[in-house]
Amino acid sequence: MSNAGSACNGQPSLNAVPTHGQPLWLLAELTYKCPLQCPYCANPTNFASKTDELTTAEWVDVFTQARELGAAQLGFSGGEPLVRQDLVELISEARQLGYYTNLITSGVGLNEHKIADFRTAGLDHIQVSFQAADPEVNNLLAGSKKAFAQKLKMAREVKAQGYPMVLNFVTHRHNIDQIDRIIELCVELEADYVELATCQYYGWAYENRNNLLPTRAQLERAERITNEYRDRLAAAGNPIKIIFVTPDYYEERPKGCMNGWGQVFLTVTPDGTALPCHSARMLPVEFPNVKEQSIEQIWNRSNGFNHFRGYEWMKEPCVSCDEKEKDFGGCRCQAFMLTGDANNADPVCSKSPHHGLILQAREAAELPVHDEPIYRNERNSRVFCKG
Amino acid sequence: MSGAEITPDQTPVLNRMFRFQWEKAQDSYVLLYPEGMVKLNGPAGEVLALVNGQRTAADIIQTLQAKFPDADGIERDILDFLGDAREQRWISL
Repeated sequence: MSNAGSACNGQPSLNAVPTHGQPLWLLAELTYKCPLQCPYCANPTNFASKTDELTTAEWVDVFTQARELGAAQLGFSGGEPLVRQDLVELISEARQLGYYTNLITSGVGLNEHKIADFRTAGLDHIQVSFQAADPEVNNLLAGSKKAFAQKLKMAREVKAQGYPMVLNFVTHRHNIDQIDRIIELCVELEADYVELATCQYYGWAYENRNNLLPTRAQLERAERITNEYRDRLAAAGNPIKIIFVTPDYYEERPKGCMNGWGQVFLTVTPDGTALPCHSARMLPVEFPNVKEQSIEQIWNRSNGFNHFRGYEWMKEPCVSCDEKEKDFGGCRCQAFMLTGDANNADPVCSKSPHHGLILQAREAAELPVHDEPIYRNERNSRVFCKG
Repeated sequence: MSGAEITPDQTPVLNRMFRFQWEKAQDSYVLLYPEGMVKLNGPAGEVLALVNGQRTAADIIQTLQAKFPDADGIERDILDFLGDAREQRWISL
């Protein structure tokens, strides 16, 4: 007996609204402004044309409504969320609503007084992102001469003030060979969690993919070293948790992106556009805005959030695939970027007729890189706005 | 570290990585931590609701025995759960 038969035997779900979960995770992208210029930034490449920002009262309203629908985790992100002058107020309101509040920051613009003020306001956790474990590479990638020293200082201060701390290193071909030094730095800084997370090749990172994608050999070495550290640290009783995220470009099956479209995650961008994931803005789908619709309408009834729920939208090879309930056909953004059709299978899947595009990217990663990356800044963004 | 039996005279305290609260939308107690949430089952929630860094395991057992007089043998269950919770690093003793 084959499991694959079940899809055929099932009742057709004519006009049925596909089931979906609660928006447990609310990501509030407070602003696109940022003092750094990381060439792998997940923000849209045309952010310079989107300068509107929700007011304090509008954000608090979003938090209140999403909490009613079950949101429990709130991430303050951006851009650099510290740029918002009302951050203390937003933290305080969110905490009073019962959220677990996460500040996702580069650390640039932070100081010990702000860290203390955030604590008083009820901030639960601070995640500091690093670009590399040594000042030269870090500052080069961040496009700032002082970033690294500031980050170190702030990471120490975050711990000194009693916060749980996650350190996030975005890994790519220029820093992944230093994985041992990165882990040692995290241990020294007493991080509770470490995310060694590959670039996600969207936005700026997609434009810079040839400059960022590591080779398979680099990746395998880094994973082996990470596993060795994990064993050694666990044996020594160190509670640090190390999460290693590999690029899906080296997989044969796609990721179950966002745990399914519109199932768990709700992103609200600086101008109030609501998205099922922070990259989805690139898709040719109309997304609702919190200024025009309630969060309940957006989450449960908007076309944007219902668009890729369920399986009706799928094409082959996904429709008849017995793994579709596991990976939902992969990432809609990746399918759109690489094949031009967001309904296609994510080309990461070896069953996809476009899988050759992924193989080409792997081959390109074996070649030396000569180009400068395109840094994420206003000037370069304006080029994409004209695009 | 792990494996050692929890004894009734020990006093559990929630680790600062975690926040414990009632979550209406889940209709359960939860533990919240950086970017994550553990949904607790009924008994686990009842025990952790009493963990405050002051009550001993014996106090917690006594309170729950009074609250659920028909439940048999909950002393063992509570001590086992506290052992699991320590292994998960939710609590220290």
